[in-house]
Amino acid sequence: MSNKPLNELSVKEAQTMLADGTVSSVELTRSCLETIEAKDPEIHAFVTVLADDAMDAAKRADQVRKTAKTVPPLLGIPFAVKDNFLTKGARTTASSKVLDNYYPQYSATVIEKLEASGGVILGKTNMDAWAHGSSTETSDYGPTHNPWDTSRLAGGSSGGSAAALAAAETIAAVGTETAGSIRQPSSWCGTIGFKPTYGRVSRYGVVAMGSSLDSPGPMTKSVEDTALILGVIAGHDARDATTAPVPVPDYLGDLQNDIHNLKIGLPKEYFMTDSQPGVNEMVKKAAAVYENLGAQLVEVSLLDPKYSIADYTIVQRSEVSSNLARYTGVRYGNDRCYFGDEAKRRIMLGTYALSSGYYDAYYKKAQAVRMLMKRDFDRVFEQVDLILSPTTPSTALPLGATHGQAMFGELADVLAEASSLTGHPAINMPVGLLQGLPVGMQLIGNHFAEQKILNAAYAYEQATNWRENTL
Amino acid sequence: MTYSLVCGAEIHVELNTKSKMFCGCKNDPFGAAKPNIYTCPVCLGLPGALPVPNKKAIEDCIKIGLALHCEIAEVSKFDRKHYFYPDLPKGYQISQYDEPFCVKGYVDTSFGRVGITRVHMEEDTAKMHHEVVDGVKSSLIDFNRSGVPLVEIVSEPDIKSPEQAKEFLKKVRDIVRAIGVSSCDMEKGSMRLEANVSLTSDGSLPAYKVEVKNINSFRFFANALEYETKRQAELLDKGETPTQETRGWREGYGTVSQRGKEDAADYRYMPEPDIPPFEISRDMVEHLRKELPILPEEIITSLVADGLSESAAKIVVNQTDMLEFIEQVKKLNSKYVQKAGNDLVNKKIDLKKTSPEDYLKTLENAKMDKITDEATLRPLVEKAIAENPAVVADYKAGKQNALGFFVGVVMKASGGKADPRATTDLLKKLL
Repeated sequence: MSNKPLNELSVKEAQTMLADGTVSSVELTRSCLETIEAKDPEIHAFVTVLADDAMDAAKRADQVRKTAKTVPPLLGIPFAVKDNFLTKGARTTASSKVLDNYYPQYSATVIEKLEASGGVILGKTNMDAWAHGSSTETSDYGPTHNPWDTSRLAGGSSGGSAAALAAAETIAAVGTETAGSIRQPSSWCGTIGFKPTYGRVSRYGVVAMGSSLDSPGPMTKSVEDTALILGVIAGHDARDATTAPVPVPDYLGDLQNDIHNLKIGLPKEYFMTDSQPGVNEMVKKAAAVYENLGAQLVEVSLLDPKYSIADYTIVQRSEVSSNLARYTGVRYGNDRCYFGDEAKRRIMLGTYALSSGYYDAYYKKAQAVRMLMKRDFDRVFEQVDLILSPTTPSTALPLGATHGQAMFGELADVLAEASSLTGHPAINMPVGLLQGLPVGMQLIGNHFAEQKILNAAYAYEQATNWRENTL
Repeated sequence: MTYSLVCGAEIHVELNTKSKMFCGCKNDPFGAAKPNIYTCPVCLGLPGALPVPNKKAIEDCIKIGLALHCEIAEVSKFDRKHYFYPDLPKGYQISQYDEPFCVKGYVDTSFGRVGITRVHMEEDTAKMHHEVVDGVKSSLIDFNRSGVPLVEIVSEPDIKSPEQAKEFLKKVRDIVRAIGVSSCDMEKGSMRLEANVSLTSDGSLPAYKVEVKNINSFRFFANALEYETKRQAELLDKGETPTQETRGWREGYGTVSQRGKEDAADYRYMPEPDIPPFEISRDMVEHLRKELPILPEEIITSLVADGLSESAAKIVVNQTDMLEFIEQVKKLNSKYVQKAGNDLVNKKIDLKKTSPEDYLKTLENAKMDKITDEATLRPLVEKAIAENPAVVADYKAGKQNALGFFVGVVMKASGGKADPRATTDLLKKLL
């Protein structure tokens, strides 16, 4: 069927070949593990490779396929998992030395669902320590290098998952986003990354960062894969009170639905004048594709995304200071002196913002601004189905770009923060190359309108070959 | 100078729900065979674990609020209260800050009304044990108690005396027990007390308060108030303002300073992002109100209406077996309720051996044996009059209790069988 090397397959392609017997899960998994062995010393997408466990799981998957009448959708498909998802019995560090030797007693809901669907976990991917950052350069285990140019950053915090996909070290991956942590590394690595509506995918068993923002999601090579995996991991979870009891649609089955008459809004404030030259143009060129597909483009206006930086910083730092309080080293893990500079900065700022006498001025005010932003999006979603803009203001920056830049992440994620604060779903789609580096566009949808985003992303993907797009 | 006491109480009660507040672990910290057997990622505060609130516990908390005449919030939420202590695995306690489930209630005492500021829901901490293990002084932590549902009842500073404090606390305990949501066992710690104490010379609220912890009985609470009243009065007399601080009660010693104002914790409260806010429907509140049992106060009122003395009613109300006995007597023969009440309290009827039916039968039999006919009574009465001329004179002089004396004499002479009414009538006639 496909002549691609096995490690380069998408989930859908691998699924077909597994089903018709042209390939086994063991072959597929071995191919990924061999690629990791060959490339990862340079890329450093993984903190922990679970080679033996993965091969065992692959063998079991092949056995199941031989005997079972119906097989679960992800049976035998290799996955790379961000290291903030708890994996029972398998080291989980969140890329922090505080958890250097932490072996969880339980698995995250997302992991349980992937495994119940037959997924094979190759290993745990690198990230900014505690997901604090947008570079994967703050990882206590060293930075992840961008497969497009290894002198550059992969982005973050889910940089390991994005780089593993871009380097074809895995078939699919999962990441988490607080504000930009799926979209931005996907943009810099030229992969697809989906941040679902807050509460669409369970946070249970994910090392908490900003609890009112954290959203786990799929990271893939194709839109079909995203639809497939989202369908597996989405849904209400009795162990996460913030998951919504909203039915999960058949994302994959309805993927090809017509996008004629879809109204897509281009917020003028998101095509910033100080973005890297070429980024806005590239994304506008991608938007034009939608006109050819029968969708309608309209200019809309949203609050200046720069306001979201301060707001996001206060909310997130406050929640971080609270969520990291449990890491005392008394019962598990190392003690607090193992926290890196970025975590310490966030704990201090968040502790200050929540202190008596400051709470009203900071956290409470920030939550009020958050409501304003939500109303701002509500207003625009009365006019349009989707919002389209660049995902990040620049392509991948060189390693070391974060040094001395305490607000690096907030600036890199300026275009993702507002929609994260409001809990809206969004996807990153690669749309072309600028000086050899991928540029990403994001499609933001209304709450629980994941299907519309996926349909529009799929239509774009089918109509173009982004790797050939240049200015 | 004379001062009057200004005291507010903080009462913690552990609820007896089947499972813990935010996880499915068994809630049985006192019955557990071993430490740390009722634990899971949530109550151990492991990475990634999330709290899911226990609906039954919230309902129980609202019931307590309703029984204390509180207003029930339409919108409420949980908050995180941050502090570091080894028994608090998350580094914060899930509690309620500015939007508790219940506010503005009251409890009436014979010394006046005590306002209830708020009744809110939170989680208990783990329990520390300081022991020597293999020759090494060690601090051990038992997480069986971690995450047990805890209701905090906070009163207004309306308590004016140790006696009132005792009555108030007892009433609250009796109410919570009557609802059946907690054992309120102070020895085990399922009910815990704290006092906020200050003194005033002019009735205004003083600018300081002293918090007293480690109180595990109503008597100690009263003792602590007495001790603090004396201690603070001495300071005030010297022109000093008592330090705003937290003190611990040591029975047989007094209160001891534990923590000063400058060490007061900044709890950095923030809304708990893991639990969405609640809307509490009025339907639900009314439903819970209907589920409330008849409360002790109402039972006392109805017992007094049935003829029991107030003191007997207050004793009976706290003894389930006595209360059932009275109920049965009332059903079988309502005219003996008063007597049954008095007999229960004064004669200590053995309720394990005596059924209400037996009790009533004995009373009826005793009545059957009474001597009422004049022919039998007359010689006894005449004898009593003849032998006590001085009392006869008293009677004639208008002393009514002289009649009672003669009834007693006749009663004694008849071996207790003379009917008092018939005897009195005959006495009046012959005198």
